[in-house]
Amino acid sequence: MPPAVLLSKVSRHFGAVRAVDGVDLTIKEGEFFAMLGPSGSGKTTCLRLIAGFEQPTHGHIEIFGTPMDGVPPYRRNVNTVFQDYALFPHMNIIDNVAYGLMIRGIGKTDRLRAANNALEMVALPDYGTRRPSQLSGGQRQRVALARALVNKPKVLLLDEPLGALDLKLREQMQEELKVLQRKLGITFIFVTHDQGEALSMADRVAVFSDGKIMQIGTPQDIYQRPQTRFVADFVGSSNVLPPEFVKSLTGTAGWASLRPEAISLGTGETHIATVTGSSYLGGCTRVGLALGGLRLNALIPAGQPVPENGSAVGIGWKPEELHVMEDTQ
Amino acid sequence: MTVSATPSPHLDHANRALAILPGKGGITGRLSDSFWRNPKLLLILFLTPPVLWLGIIYLGSLFALLAQSFFSIDEFSGLVKYELTLKTYGELFRPANLDIIIRTASMAACVTLAAAIVAFPIGYFAARYARGKWKALFYIGVMLPLWSSYLVKVYAWKLILAKEGILTWIFAKLHLTWLLDAWLAIPVIGGYSLSVSYTGTFLVFLYVWLPFMVLPVQAALERVPASYIEASGDLGAKPSQTFRHILFPLALPGIVAGSIFTFSLTLGDYIIPQIIGSSRLFIGQAVYAQQGTAGNIPLAAAFTVVPIVIMGIYLWGAKRMGAFDAL
Amino acid sequence: MHSDGRTHAPLGLKIAAGAGLLFMHLPIALIFVYAFTTEDKSYQWPPPGFTIKWLAVTWNRPDVWQALVLSLKTASVSTLIAMVLGTFCAAAVSRSKFFGRETISLLVILPIALPGIITGIALRSAFSLADIPFSIWTIILGHATFCVVVVYNNAVARFRRTSGSLVEASMDLGANSFQTFRHVILPNISTALLAGGMLAFALSFDEVIVTTFTAGQQSTLPIWMLEELVRPRQRPVTNVVAMVVVLVTVFPILAAYYLTRDGDQVAGSGK
Repeated sequence: MPPAVLLSKVSRHFGAVRAVDGVDLTIKEGEFFAMLGPSGSGKTTCLRLIAGFEQPTHGHIEIFGTPMDGVPPYRRNVNTVFQDYALFPHMNIIDNVAYGLMIRGIGKTDRLRAANNALEMVALPDYGTRRPSQLSGGQRQRVALARALVNKPKVLLLDEPLGALDLKLREQMQEELKVLQRKLGITFIFVTHDQGEALSMADRVAVFSDGKIMQIGTPQDIYQRPQTRFVADFVGSSNVLPPEFVKSLTGTAGWASLRPEAISLGTGETHIATVTGSSYLGGCTRVGLALGGLRLNALIPAGQPVPENGSAVGIGWKPEELHVMEDTQ
Repeated sequence: MTVSATPSPHLDHANRALAILPGKGGITGRLSDSFWRNPKLLLILFLTPPVLWLGIIYLGSLFALLAQSFFSIDEFSGLVKYELTLKTYGELFRPANLDIIIRTASMAACVTLAAAIVAFPIGYFAARYARGKWKALFYIGVMLPLWSSYLVKVYAWKLILAKEGILTWIFAKLHLTWLLDAWLAIPVIGGYSLSVSYTGTFLVFLYVWLPFMVLPVQAALERVPASYIEASGDLGAKPSQTFRHILFPLALPGIVAGSIFTFSLTLGDYIIPQIIGSSRLFIGQAVYAQQGTAGNIPLAAAFTVVPIVIMGIYLWGAKRMGAFDAL
Repeated sequence: MHSDGRTHAPLGLKIAAGAGLLFMHLPIALIFVYAFTTEDKSYQWPPPGFTIKWLAVTWNRPDVWQALVLSLKTASVSTLIAMVLGTFCAAAVSRSKFFGRETISLLVILPIALPGIITGIALRSAFSLADIPFSIWTIILGHATFCVVVVYNNAVARFRRTSGSLVEASMDLGANSFQTFRHVILPNISTALLAGGMLAFALSFDEVIVTTFTAGQQSTLPIWMLEELVRPRQRPVTNVVAMVVVLVTVFPILAAYYLTRDGDQVAGSGK
C-alpha cells in the first residue's frame, strides 16, 4: 500500500517568501498526523498544498501513490475542516452537510439521509433546519466536521480545528476527534500551533519552522529527544544548555536540552544554583534558577517545599535526561 | 498524465480511484480545470471587459480632450489649429476667465464649509444617539435626498426662491420682509430676488451636495467610541473643549472625505448657476459655452483642466490626512 | 462600540439634527404640493387652489412619453452593462492581489469622482473625432461608464465578506468553478448585485449633465426637464413630471436599502 500522502521536495514560494521550502513528508494510511509550528511556519500552506488550494512551486505531491500535479481540489478525494469552518451562510445546516453529495449528483432522499446520519455522528441530530449563524462555535465546528466526513474522504485535513473554541470545549473535542478517527480509520492531518494539542492527539508530529520541517516523530520523540534548539524550545519550553557547559558535563560539545521537570532540587545534588523566582501553576510550581551564567527553569510537583527567592539550592538530573541535540551552531 | 511506477497496473488503478474523484467532463469541467491550473486566466477574463471599456471609452476620451487643450483656435477663421501650444492655457489667465475660476473656487469653498457645519450635527446624532428604527430612519433620511433626482431638487428650489414663492411668503408672515430686502440689497451676494442672486446659488449647491457630506461624517463619527467622549468629560473637559480636542480631530477625515465631493461637484456643475443665480459664469458654464456656442474646444478643454488640477491638489492633501479611510 | 448607559442627546443637538433633516426633505415634499396647484403662470405660494387636471394633461403629452421611454430604455441597458462590468471588476479586485489593483479601483471611481461635465465633454469630443452620430447608444455609452462604480462598490463589499474560505470549501467538497459560482457565490452576492443594479438604474434615470453632451437632439426625461427649467413652456406639466421622477427613483433606492441592510456596508453610501 502506498502512503496516504507523500510530499517530496515540495516548495511553495510567494514572490520572495518561501512559505514552504523543500518539505519531504510521508503520512501513512490511518495515521493521525499533526503539523505543529508557530504562525507563518508553513504548516497551513502545506495543508493547502495537499488539499489543492495551492500548487507547489517545486516538488510534487502524491495521494495514495497517485501524483496530484494538475489535479484541482474538487477532484481530490480529500476534505478539509476550515479554521473559520466556512459554513455556507445562505444554506441551512442539512444543506451544508449534504453539499458535497449534491454536487456529486446524489439524489435528494439519499443525500439527506446521509447528511442526517453525519449530523447524528457529531451529536447534532436535530439541527438540520437551523442556519449556521444560529449555532455556537463548538456546534459549527461539528457541522464542519460532518460536512467533510459525509463525503467519506480517504484523508481529512483539519486547519486549526479547535483554535476558536474555549479551553474546556477544546479538551472535550480533542477526545472526540481521537475517538472518531480511530472509529473511521481515516487519515487525519491536522494543523495546530498548540504543542499540547499536537502531543496529546497525534500519532506522529511534524514540527515546522520557516517553511521547513525541523523534526518528525512520535510525540514522545519530539518531546523527550528534540533534535534542534527550536524544537526543544517550542515543544514544552525545555532548558537549552550551551555546548561549553554540555562539554564540561559529558565530554562532548553540543547543544543539549533538559526538561524542566527532569531537574530535581535537594541538598544532595551536584550543582548549586540560586533561586531567582517562582510561580505557582496549580499542579506544580515553576522555579527560576541561575547556575553561573545560565538561566534554568525547573518544575517541582505540588506538595514539595518551594525554596525561597535568593536562596542557594542544590540541583541535579539523571544523566540520560540530558539530551544532546544535532544542532551545532 | 504521468503515473508513478507501481508494481501492478491493477493496483495502480485502485489507488487512483482512492485519490481522485471522477471529474465532470464537458467544456465547463475542462475550463474549470484550466482556471485552477492557471489562476491568472480567470483574472484576465474578469478584468478584460471592464478595463477595455473604461480604458478605451473613458480614458481615451479624457486624453483626447486633454490633448486638445494644447491646441489653439485661429482667431480669424475660428478653426482649431493642430499645433502644440500653451497659448490656450495663457487665455485662462485673462482677467475675465480668471474671474470665473476664482468665483467658482470661492463658491465651492463656501459650500463645503457650510455643508460641514450643517452635516456635523446630523452625522453626530445619527452616529451616537440614534438606535434601531431611528437609525434606519436617519439613514434613509440621508439616502433619499442623496439619490433622488438632481434636477427635481434644483427645480424645487426654483419654486422656493421665486419672488412669489414660499420663502418670500414665510418672511412676510413673520413680518421679516425688511430683513430679506436688506439682505438682497447687499452688493455681490444680493440681487433682484433670491433666485437670481449668489445667495440662491449657494443655497441650492448646499442643499444638493449636503448628503455627500453627511454620510462620510457619520461614518467617521461611528468609529469614535463613546468612551472617548466620556473619558474627556471625566478628565474635566467642558463640552466645547471635548468637541475641539476630541470629536473634531477624529471627525476631520470624514469631513475631508465629504468635502472632496462637495468641492468637486460644485467646481464642475453648470446647471445650478444657470438656473438659479446671476448671469455671471461659473467654470462649468464657461466650458459648456466654449465647446457649444463658441466652438472653442481647446479653451473648453483647458477650462476642464482647472477642476482636475484643483481636485488633484485637494486629493493629494486629503490623502495625507487619511480621508480615504472614511469613504 | 457604544456604552449602554448613554445619556440622551442634548436639546441643541436634537434641534440641529432635526432641522438638518427637514432642510433635506421639505423641498422635495414641496414638489408634491405644486403638482396639484391651479396656478399655471407663476410659482405662487400658497397655491390658490388644488386640481388633478394636470395629471391628465401630462398623461396626454407625447413628448413626455417619448422622453420617459427613452430614459427607461437607456437606464435599463446601461444598468445591464454596468452590472456585468462592475461585477467582473469586483470579482477580480477582491479575489486576488495583482499588480495595478489600486489603479483599477481608481479607474472605476474616476468617472464619478471627476465632475460630470468633464466626462460629458470628453465623450462628446471623442464622438465627434470618431465621427460617431448621436443615438441612444451614445447616451448608453456614457451612462454605463459612470454606473459601473455603483455596482462595483456594492459587489466588492459583498465579495469581501463572501470570498476566501467559502469558495475553497465549495471546491474542497467537489464543486468546480462553475458549480461554485452557481451554488455559493451567486446566492451570496445576488442581493448586493440587485441593490447595485437598482442604484445604477436610479443614477442613469436621473442623469443630466453627461447626457446633455451625448444625447444630440433626443430628450431623456431629465433633458426634457432641463429644457423646461431653462425655457418654461407649461409649468404645471413640469410639476407633475417632477413628482413622477421622484416616485420612480424612490422605489429602487428603498429596495436597494432593504436588500443590503443586514450587511456591514449598506448600498448607496457612496453615490
